[in-house]
Amino acid sequence: MPPQALDTILEGRRSQPNQLIEVLQDVQKSYGYIPREAIESVSQGLGVPLIEVYRVASFYKAFRLKPSGKHALTMCAGTACHVRGSGLLLDHATSQLGVKPGEVTSDGLFSIEHVNCLGACALGPIIAENGSYHHHMTPAKLRKLIETLRSREVEDAHSVQTK
Amino acid sequence: MLTLSRLNSYRELEHLRQRLREQRQNITTTVMVCGGTGCRTSNSQAVIEAIRDELSSQGLDDSVRLCVTGCHGFCEQGPVIIIEPGNIFYCHVSPEDAFEIVYQTVMNGEVIERLLYEDTVSGERFKTEAEIPFYKAQDRRILSQNRLVDPCSIEDYIVAGGYSALPRVLNGIAPEEIISEIKSAGLRGRGGGGFPTGRKWAECMDAPSDEKYVICNADEGDPGAYMDRCVLEGNPHLVLEGMMVGARAVGASKGYIYVRNEYPLAVKNSRIAVEQARELGLLGDNILGSSFSFDVEIARGGGAFVCGESTALMASIEGKVGEPRAKDVHTVVDGLYHKPTTLNNVETWANVPAIVLNGSSWFAAKGTKGSKGTKILALTGRIKNTGLVEVAMGTPIREVVFDIGGGAANGNKVKAVQTGGPSGGCLPLDKFDLAVDFDVLAEAGSMIGSGGMVVMDEETCMVDVAKYFLTFLQDESCGKCLPCRVGIDRMLEIITDITEGRGRMEQLDLLEELGDTISQTALCGLGKTAPNPVLSTLRYFRPEYEAHIREKRCPAGVCKALITYRIDPDKCNGCGVCLRNCAYGAITGGKKEVHVIDTQLCQKCGICRSECKFDAVQVV
Repeated sequence: MPPQALDTILEGRRSQPNQLIEVLQDVQKSYGYIPREAIESVSQGLGVPLIEVYRVASFYKAFRLKPSGKHALTMCAGTACHVRGSGLLLDHATSQLGVKPGEVTSDGLFSIEHVNCLGACALGPIIAENGSYHHHMTPAKLRKLIETLRSREVEDAHSVQTK
Repeated sequence: MLTLSRLNSYRELEHLRQRLREQRQNITTTVMVCGGTGCRTSNSQAVIEAIRDELSSQGLDDSVRLCVTGCHGFCEQGPVIIIEPGNIFYCHVSPEDAFEIVYQTVMNGEVIERLLYEDTVSGERFKTEAEIPFYKAQDRRILSQNRLVDPCSIEDYIVAGGYSALPRVLNGIAPEEIISEIKSAGLRGRGGGGFPTGRKWAECMDAPSDEKYVICNADEGDPGAYMDRCVLEGNPHLVLEGMMVGARAVGASKGYIYVRNEYPLAVKNSRIAVEQARELGLLGDNILGSSFSFDVEIARGGGAFVCGESTALMASIEGKVGEPRAKDVHTVVDGLYHKPTTLNNVETWANVPAIVLNGSSWFAAKGTKGSKGTKILALTGRIKNTGLVEVAMGTPIREVVFDIGGGAANGNKVKAVQTGGPSGGCLPLDKFDLAVDFDVLAEAGSMIGSGGMVVMDEETCMVDVAKYFLTFLQDESCGKCLPCRVGIDRMLEIITDITEGRGRMEQLDLLEELGDTISQTALCGLGKTAPNPVLSTLRYFRPEYEAHIREKRCPAGVCKALITYRIDPDKCNGCGVCLRNCAYGAITGGKKEVHVIDTQLCQKCGICRSECKFDAVQVV
């Protein structure tokens, strides 16, 4: 899906500084992150100083200033998940993928996000892959999830080549 | 189908209610499938589709109502289904069960044994929801309404008796009377602070201004709590109606629901609810033909814990960085856009309509002297029955953890319960006779908070829990005031030393001193309460800290620097699962021979332990 044009997002909200967070939410939804050009356009569109747009975009955890991987693994670090061993899962993800939270693997396939609670505490530990929840996770289940996703990508790449 | 159009009077609303009820007279059976986030995680969407298809193919579309509801609370057993009449409760339902459910239970009234709930303690199977111990010991004033309505259907809410409080406050009851009802009900804020709601409203009503706001705080950033999510996702009209009553009382014409963007379903359902209420004229100008005008907007939060604090939240709605400010003047006088603002949490708003309808004495009949009504708790952690639980205030913690929660899982022993999230504390087993009550828990060094109740057992390290909360708070501190920004950093450094074997005994006193200083000097409520998890664990679990420092040992086997993994030769049967799973080549052993872990190579990732079916991998 091509990103919704910034003009469309800004429509009806121009010169309304209080719409900043809502606009950034829509930019992120559309682009997957907040690109630099968007920060500039939003600043002009809403009449908010560039530094303030950047400040808001970097203050709130919901906003990413870099694109995430094709498969974004969101690791829940809520209390309920923590006492059921989510710390081991994060260690596992970082060592298997070789990236830290907030980073993307060099092939662009995976990124790890670390969030404070996904709100499905009864079923923890929870990991969301592109928003779909996996419950009662263990290090072994996580490894399998990553391996499955990776092999699917390899297969897809292969089938594209043979076509 | 009835077409819905703008309602211009109370009478038109009642007429609509009556017509909707008549329309549903032919319905013989209702199948309520939980579509809450917990059950969706367990694939309830596929179950819903399968049952819908099955009902269609049996030609039951008109006589059987399939109601996709919000959370039923018993998330651990999901997906769950309730069939009425009969109150039959099925759990762990899969799409393959759809045919049997429709053919046997819906059409022939037979119960499917294997889908019934089997009690985790006694092993007994229960046919109805009402008999299940998890539900039986609860008092579900708010949560029980979730299963009656499809959150995306305003018709369902009206049929269930919803929007009955609104006409009352529009015709007849004066704003002062509404507030006096809320005051005598003794309703206190469910979001954490426990401030008397009626007093807040009264101050906002008295504040002179031609423009006022009401806000619903659905920025549930407290890790381990998800009741607001489930109420807003499952019954958004109930929350909206509460806000309408509040707006009428304080004289507000505009409201906001500030909801976490991490809760997409809550954002979606509350948006739909607002649209529907506008369509019927329950929001907008001259509601039900009265002089009262009120509208609500949804504001999505940016995922900052500090925005749960009222002044930070209001800054965020204004599109600014969510930093709190000193409350020399309260937000009820100087709030959103410097206008008088009443901010309440989701659960608080959800309690309001019933108080208007049933009266303050009905509400106050439940609870304790200082804490009235019920409280929704998120019962999670190392316990058998996890889920959302609603109990009367005053219920002992023991009852919640053991009678409802069924005690610790895996034959372990419950050690503590953490209440109130990062602002709360940990209470040990010998404090479990304390009641769920704002004042009682605060006195014991914890708090109800928003209602998170995370159960811990002997495999939970209390020092690690304290470290966990400090890490969380350090990450979430907005950085505006020094005590919170720097103080938490220093506390975390000390705790990290302790968990990594570098701790010194005198650091424990320093931790307490730092904690006291932060409590007294931080700018906002979140900073002031930030040391609670450390202070409460020091108070009740000091021996665990001492074991880390003096013996360089983590009694719970959690702190990586102080533990080693080993295989119990008496339990290992040489199946080789651990060896195949170890990514570091740290495990050796031949087929059917006892395996051994090389502690030099072992990274303590825990994969061998979680995969061993024979419980042979131990942490020492």
